[in-house]
Amino acid sequence: MAKIKSLDELMKIRANVQNKVDLREKGENIDSLIQVHVAMATCGIAAGAREIMDFIIQDSHKEGIDNVVVTQTGCMGYCYAEPTIQVTLPGKDPVVFGEVTQEKAKKIIEKYMKNGELVDGIIPVTHKTVE
Amino acid sequence: MANEKMHVLVCGGTGCLSAEGEEIITNLKSQIAEAGLDTEVAVLKTGCFGFCEKGPIVKILPDNTFYVRVTPEDTEEIVKEHLIKGRKVERLLYVDPDKNEAISDSKKMDFYKKQMRIALRNCGFIDPANIDEYIARDGYMALGKAVTDMTPDTVIQEVKDSGLRGRGGGGFPTGLKWQFAKSYDADQKYVICNADEGDPGAFMDRSILEGDPHSVIEAMAICGYAIGATIGRVYIRAEYPLAIKRLQYAIDEARNYGLLGEDILGSGFEFDIELTLGAGAFVCGEETALIHSMEGKRGEPTTKPPFPAESGYWGKPTNVNNVETFANIPVILLKGADWFSSIGTEKSTGTKVFALAGKINNVGLIEVPMGTTLREVIYDIGGGIKDGKKFKAVQTGGPSGGCLTEKDLDTPIDFDNLIAKGSMMGSGGMIVVDEESCMPAMAKFYLEFTEEESCGKCTPCRIGTKRLSELLELVCNGKAEMRHLDELKRLSRVIKDTSLCGLGQTAPNPILSTMEAFWDEYIAHVKDKTCPAGECSNLIKYVINDNCIGCTVCAKVCPVECIEGERKQMHLIDQDECIKCGACYEKCKFEAIDKK
Repeated sequence: MAKIKSLDELMKIRANVQNKVDLREKGENIDSLIQVHVAMATCGIAAGAREIMDFIIQDSHKEGIDNVVVTQTGCMGYCYAEPTIQVTLPGKDPVVFGEVTQEKAKKIIEKYMKNGELVDGIIPVTHKTVE
Repeated sequence: MANEKMHVLVCGGTGCLSAEGEEIITNLKSQIAEAGLDTEVAVLKTGCFGFCEKGPIVKILPDNTFYVRVTPEDTEEIVKEHLIKGRKVERLLYVDPDKNEAISDSKKMDFYKKQMRIALRNCGFIDPANIDEYIARDGYMALGKAVTDMTPDTVIQEVKDSGLRGRGGGGFPTGLKWQFAKSYDADQKYVICNADEGDPGAFMDRSILEGDPHSVIEAMAICGYAIGATIGRVYIRAEYPLAIKRLQYAIDEARNYGLLGEDILGSGFEFDIELTLGAGAFVCGEETALIHSMEGKRGEPTTKPPFPAESGYWGKPTNVNNVETFANIPVILLKGADWFSSIGTEKSTGTKVFALAGKINNVGLIEVPMGTTLREVIYDIGGGIKDGKKFKAVQTGGPSGGCLTEKDLDTPIDFDNLIAKGSMMGSGGMIVVDEESCMPAMAKFYLEFTEEESCGKCTPCRIGTKRLSELLELVCNGKAEMRHLDELKRLSRVIKDTSLCGLGQTAPNPILSTMEAFWDEYIAHVKDKTCPAGECSNLIKYVINDNCIGCTVCAKVCPVECIEGERKQMHLIDQDECIKCGACYEKCKFEAIDKK
């Protein structure tokens, strides 16, 4: 390990290691963040949900949206429209998007997550989640 | 790193590790790797989560799922269900005892709702064996700020303004202590961290050192900068092997990063820390005794003045602070004295960590703002008394403190209120007792402890505590007379007034405070020769009454075979042979045995 020689260097290290605890800090105040649930049951994974999840994590980071937390969840029941993701903006009802490709994910990030504009491909929510 | 989607935090405190925590970690790691998720899911061993009653604890983030009482056999289900399929394992969630509902998010649990974690901010959140995680949580920023932007005087002023008081028990203002140490000129000064935690039932210092060792290291360096010391020493008891290991590892990491050593962060300030292991004597928590022990002498106190600030370790100006006190320092410098002093009460600012123990449902480590009431701590956070029994008293301040009762439940907890009530904050141990606990017996337990731990240097403490525990022995055996109670009182006061150090001066407190609150119980032992709580075995009697149907169960469980009787006939206990174990009383289904 190289020695840290100044406060600036320490701050640089902090910026580099921030992502180590980022995920956990987000978990602490999950209610005030954009929550993205990716359906990752067998059907979802087969349809490419894992890649979509990776993409969303990386792309939202690239777009500078850092108040988003992406988690996986079980089958939401919309097997005909996998991969499906559910996006919950703080204080709003969850919205489910079906047949999410990378392109569509990008649109969701740019339009819905950034500005709250709805995009095509919304599945009317037929279920309620009990907390 | 960027690909990690989930973090699995496993409690790595002494409590959970002794309950197979290590095996849980190994299992999780290998099963996650088997599932091919090892690049996506990180398993981390953190410090104590505080909810020891329900340990071992596994927490999954970012969805904040809190699994309790996890066994090594449960890990497969966690990996297969939660990590792969995103389904929570219901049966491992915490169940709210009142509503009988499973709660998955720890923030919604009563145990955590009223807590505010400053000293424990990183415990159960970061991997203590990774300095980068501490830095990611603004670690060493306070030290950086101090050595680059602040003068030693402004650091001391900030600590003074924060109102921080010593968390080891005394409650002396920390900033003032630093100022005294700074005011003496010397070629060498020392910063000592007192990690000689000795109160029965208190384990906050150990948990901080195990869960967040860097916070203490950083604070000691800040203190060194403020008072002009270049050497720090941690006096830690050898009975804390895990804390020692983690602390030493953290010190080495800090050295490698240049955060300890010469020219820290290019400021020219030099500071390094070494450990000194103690043998674990209660009296060595007293600062002069601690210093003597560190110098290789017997751990005996000396009179103050001179205070260590003037003449301490090897006769040099020395500042001694407790672990929890230090853990508050970095936050104070970063968030400011105003922020800190806005928490808590006017004269006791900030938060305090308490170790809940005894007959309470949620045994564990909690941190609450000063001024929280005992009722909130015991009922809301602690979940009330075990087995639905009635609350009787709570001993705060360990063997030096006193007991608080029902009428004190709504007292806001702070340094001064507790003293006014005849107890003290101490290091924060809270031992809760229920209606079945005998108060003279509890006082006897503490006196036996102080008698054992008395260093023997001064007569009032060495001989006095021995006599006190002998007198209590008489009380509990039903052999005491009223004059013995007077003697107990008188001797207690003499020992308080004439002992050399805090150990002796506070040793009679458990007697005086239980006498004050439970005088009736003492009288019952002396005059009626009974123990109302039914704990003193010499004063109770088990007698079989008319309810007996002669089922013979009692005779079968009696370990000394002193119960006689024909089948379907009333049985009889031979009082001379009975050892008062209570086995028959517990087993009888017909309420046919009375405890008198």
